[in-house]
Amino acid sequence: MLSVSTDSHFTHKIWQEQELSKMVEGGVPWPMLSDSGGRIGTLYGVYDENAGVDIRGRFLIDPDFVIQAMEVMTPPVGRNVVELIRQVQAYQHHRATGEVTPAGWRPGKTTLKPGPALVGKVWEVWDPKKEMGEG
Amino acid sequence: MPEPAKPGYSCVTPARGPLAAPEATGAPAAQAVPEEKKTVQARVGKPAPDFEATAYQAGGFKTVKLSDYKGQWIVLCFYPGDFTFV
Repeated sequence: MLSVSTDSHFTHKIWQEQELSKMVEGGVPWPMLSDSGGRIGTLYGVYDENAGVDIRGRFLIDPDFVIQAMEVMTPPVGRNVVELIRQVQAYQHHRATGEVTPAGWRPGKTTLKPGPALVGKVWEVWDPKKEMGEG
Repeated sequence: MPEPAKPGYSCVTPARGPLAAPEATGAPAAQAVPEEKKTVQARVGKPAPDFEATAYQAGGFKTVKLSDYKGQWIVLCFYPGDFTFV
C-alpha cells in the first residue's frame, strides 16, 4: 500500500501526527508519497491541473508489475475498502487457479473454469440470485 | 529485487518523479522521463509506469521507487490532499 498526494512529505508527517494517529493506532503504516507538481498524477491520469491536486485514483498492481484494476473518483465521495479487498482476493484467486470470478463474487462463492464445455451453460452452474445475494 | 530504502531522519535528495522503463531506453537503470513523454501511461493490463517520490513513513523521510515493490501486490492510492474531509 502506497498513498500519494501533492502535499509535501513534511505535511504528511504533520497529518500523521496530528490527525491520522488519532484514527489509527500508531498512524498509517505505509509510505506516504509526495507528488508536488503532479507529475506522477499526470502519468496515471489523475492530476487535475485546474485544482492542482491529484484526484481520488486507486490502482491495483500485480506481482508482475501489471496494472490489473483502477478506480478514479471525483473528490466528494470516499472509497470502499471492502470492494478493493474483494478485487484483490478475486485477482489472487485467478492468479492461483486460472478460474474466473463472475459478477459480485466473494470468497466461497462459485468460480468458473472457462472453456468450450461452459459455453451457453453458465446459467446451469451460476445463479445470480443465489450468488449475488446477501447470503 | 532491491529492498525499499530504509527511512532516514535527515533531508533526502529530491525525488526524480516519473521514470522511464529500462527496456524503453535500453539503459541499465531507470532514468528521468524526458519532457515530451509526460502523458498518461497507466492502462489496465499494461505495466505500471514507474516513478520515484519522496515519502514519509514511520517517523522518517525516504525516497521510494514504485518498482521497489515489484513482486508484491501493490495498491497505489492518489487522494486530493492531507487534512481534507473525506
